[in-house]
Amino acid sequence: MKQFIIFIRKEFWHVFRDPKTMLLLFGMPIAQIVLFGFALTNEIKNVNIAIVDQSGDWAAQELIQKIQANRSFSQGLLLNSEAEVEEAFRQGKVKVAVMIPPNFGLDRRRTEGSQIQIIADASDPNTATTLTNYATAIIQDYQKSDLLPGQGPLQIETQTRMIYNPELKGATNFVPGVMALVLFLVGVLMTSVSIVREKETGTMEVLLVSPFNPILVIIAKAVPYFFLSLVNLTVILILSVLLMDMEIAGSLGLLYLSSALLILTALSLGLLISNSTASQQTAMLISLMAMLLPTVMLTGFMFPLENMPWPLQVISNIVPSKWYYIIVQAIMIKGQGLASVWREMLVLMGMTTVFLTLSIRKFKTRLA
Amino acid sequence: MEVVIKAEKLSKAFGDFIATNAISFEVYKGEIFGFLGANGAGKTTAIRMLCGLSKPSSGEATIAGFDIYRETESIKKNIGYMSQKFSLYEDLTVAENLRFYGGIYGLGRKELKEASEAVIKNLGLEQERKKLVSSLPLGWKQKLAFSVAIMHEPKLVFLDEPTGGVDPVTRRQFWDLIHQAAARGITVFVTTHYMDEAEYCDRISMMVDGEMKALDTPRNLKKQFGVDSMDAVFYEMARGAKRSD
Amino acid sequence: MRILKFLLQKEFKQIFRNRSILTMILMMPVVQLLIMPLAADYEIKNIHIALVDLDKSPYAEDLQEAILASGYFISVGDFNSFEEANQAFEKGTADLILEIPAHFEKEIIDFKKTSLNISANAINGVKATVGSAYLNQVINRFAQKLQANISGGIQVESLNWYNPFLNYQAFMVPGILVLLVTMVGVYMTSLNIVKEKEVGTIEQINVSPIKKYHFILGKLIPFLIIGFFVFSLGLFGVARLVYGIVPIGSILALYSFLFLYLIAVLGIGMMLSTYAETQQQAMSLAFFIMMIFILMGGLFTAVESMPEWAQWVAALNPVTYFIEVVRLVVLKGSGFKDLLPQFGIIALMAIISNSWAILNYRKTT
Repeated sequence: MKQFIIFIRKEFWHVFRDPKTMLLLFGMPIAQIVLFGFALTNEIKNVNIAIVDQSGDWAAQELIQKIQANRSFSQGLLLNSEAEVEEAFRQGKVKVAVMIPPNFGLDRRRTEGSQIQIIADASDPNTATTLTNYATAIIQDYQKSDLLPGQGPLQIETQTRMIYNPELKGATNFVPGVMALVLFLVGVLMTSVSIVREKETGTMEVLLVSPFNPILVIIAKAVPYFFLSLVNLTVILILSVLLMDMEIAGSLGLLYLSSALLILTALSLGLLISNSTASQQTAMLISLMAMLLPTVMLTGFMFPLENMPWPLQVISNIVPSKWYYIIVQAIMIKGQGLASVWREMLVLMGMTTVFLTLSIRKFKTRLA
Repeated sequence: MEVVIKAEKLSKAFGDFIATNAISFEVYKGEIFGFLGANGAGKTTAIRMLCGLSKPSSGEATIAGFDIYRETESIKKNIGYMSQKFSLYEDLTVAENLRFYGGIYGLGRKELKEASEAVIKNLGLEQERKKLVSSLPLGWKQKLAFSVAIMHEPKLVFLDEPTGGVDPVTRRQFWDLIHQAAARGITVFVTTHYMDEAEYCDRISMMVDGEMKALDTPRNLKKQFGVDSMDAVFYEMARGAKRSD
Repeated sequence: MRILKFLLQKEFKQIFRNRSILTMILMMPVVQLLIMPLAADYEIKNIHIALVDLDKSPYAEDLQEAILASGYFISVGDFNSFEEANQAFEKGTADLILEIPAHFEKEIIDFKKTSLNISANAINGVKATVGSAYLNQVINRFAQKLQANISGGIQVESLNWYNPFLNYQAFMVPGILVLLVTMVGVYMTSLNIVKEKEVGTIEQINVSPIKKYHFILGKLIPFLIIGFFVFSLGLFGVARLVYGIVPIGSILALYSFLFLYLIAVLGIGMMLSTYAETQQQAMSLAFFIMMIFILMGGLFTAVESMPEWAQWVAALNPVTYFIEVVRLVVLKGSGFKDLLPQFGIIALMAIISNSWAILNYRKTT
């Protein structure tokens, strides 16, 4: 046991003697949680809209003023023709255009009515749909105020309530997501180079000839990062409460417990990578290239998992941060307890066991 | 005698720490100049300044007549350097390393081929020319690194502890290579802490705590201290040292 | 020139010798480009809706029929009260609840204001917003149709240009390709140079008469070629053959931009390497930068919607511009003339990042 502590102390020295890496380890999560917590949002606003007024009458003017006054759109750009709209689209200046037809003022009183076109740049389908909805709503609003007596209006309103996240804060969705990303990826990244680095510099051999169980050598590598990650978690939580106005609805203890579990999963995966590769460069490319994008996309905070084709839903199951994301949402936002997250926690435990067993086995075969 | 290195009150400080304190000396053409001192005595700092890898804090020096402040690029054409750290590309073959380093020193196609062949033949690496450097034993790597450092026939070669970690036989062979080079007129500036190697040098300087405490032939030094080995000289001088390791 | 030749030969030999890394740089983008766009689909089809009909009138029936016929919604059942439906919420089986109030039909006919209640499970903001937007759309159409029966009024027709079928892959594939190419560029350059530092070979180069720009070019050119190769593989191999995405704009404009972009991005990789002594530091730096590049590049969330200070961060992100350009060229057929501002900015970035790298890469300390 005394020897084990000596090893752990050595690993701490490695970490603390490298101030640049330390700075990154602590600076990175802070910067990211602040940046992404505030910047990322699914709301769509301030979009440039183009208006082509082919009628030029006062009814059209009224409608244009209504559109320009709406906060979803930044001030409308007045264009003269569809060709100009196309040019503006191609330059990426506007994303949606409203075409007011000739004789709008007169036609709208006739039985056939008048037809307004909303043209959306659908290269981004999500934005296109939302913007079309916004624009349609404005036009309908105008129409209601424009009807003659006896014509209505038929007033069907909708009142939408966002449950669990009434202000539709991006942070509610992105904070747990960024937590999952940062804790998981940093853990994998740091341990994935640890062993292979000693292999490359040749110090591994020295450790291996020491009268000390080599498996403990592996485990000692992970210990400093485990504690550092817990510190990181604390910083992230403090920031999200103070800065992002998040509330931790459920038990803090349970949140820490499950976070510790994710960190362990990440560290053991990192060790496995480190044990299976021959150079630091390979190890890093695996943990950076191969894991970054899939983790971002398959954790579930960017894109709803249930929406993906089934093969991807299956693949997402092997992404540990996915399980953690579910847990954090349940504890932090819904305020649920162990009863609703024990399954996910078991999954993480299972993954940790598998990664750790595999890396110890790999390590042993290397010795033989 | 032609002066190849001329240093005058050369100093380098890192913050409060004075790594090299006002050293002055001259090295002559064709000479094997031993640069001795305990670890931390300031040898590597001095060598890095002389190669143009590090800017001095004060003092003057010229290498092959070029000023070390203003003419570092000209200096670089005239020197070879072999660092403490192993400096060949492990993932290139013997021949590829020769080709690369010869190439970046501007050897012509024909010269490059001849020089590579000469090195391979001289070191007896005919069988290994297409092997990756990583697969060679350490001693061979060191000899190859030395040969690479003087492939472009520099006026002067700096060797920073070239024989660290090699067996006595290889060290002997390595010194044979150094003598060959010196015989061709290449000045050799070598740091070491093997005192037996010091005996092979024409002249020796001793660094203690960043200062140059002695500069003479091994023979004169032994006489001066009244001892019969360089080991003893070193011991006498290093006794007063404040810094080591 | 001759010196550059030797540097390039050396780099290429090293790259091709290390098969495992080479395969990784080539295969990983391809595999990820094949799989990841499938995940990036905001089009939400199977929205689970719980219906609470307190009116039970023909109009209410019509509305529910219209909702289910739209194809976006799956009913999880009819409930008699909001409280009942709310249980489906808590169990997580429903995403939306629609509550049709009593007297719905009567209020419509009397030209009174009637109000439908939509509740969305908003933990997942995307699903909540998109889901309720779809539902609003259906309800609006329903209202429009009723209104049109009374007065002619204004009809709204919406057109979706460039991507009439709202195909998400056409949107995501080019963007993901940009991210992958960026990763290859930043990681490879920064790790490569720092490795030379760690092993010590860079010292040997620093004492040689090689010029700084030789060294930088020697590193830049091989990764530029790899970047071009990876991008083409993604664009013509995966995007075209697998996803059927054919760029309709100027390929020449696209590749000219790619050229400048790669120089900018490789410059960033080199700049990072000048700040790191070990590969581990380089990797942490590269990871940090890459996370910001990826999440702030406008691929996953729109840049316009960010707070102003964050829009500035996005404006400094080269990825933002390339994603814009790729989409403009591939989907909208833009050419050089339309892309002038982006060309200007990326050229400026290339100059800055490379000057920064050159100034900070010292042969002396």
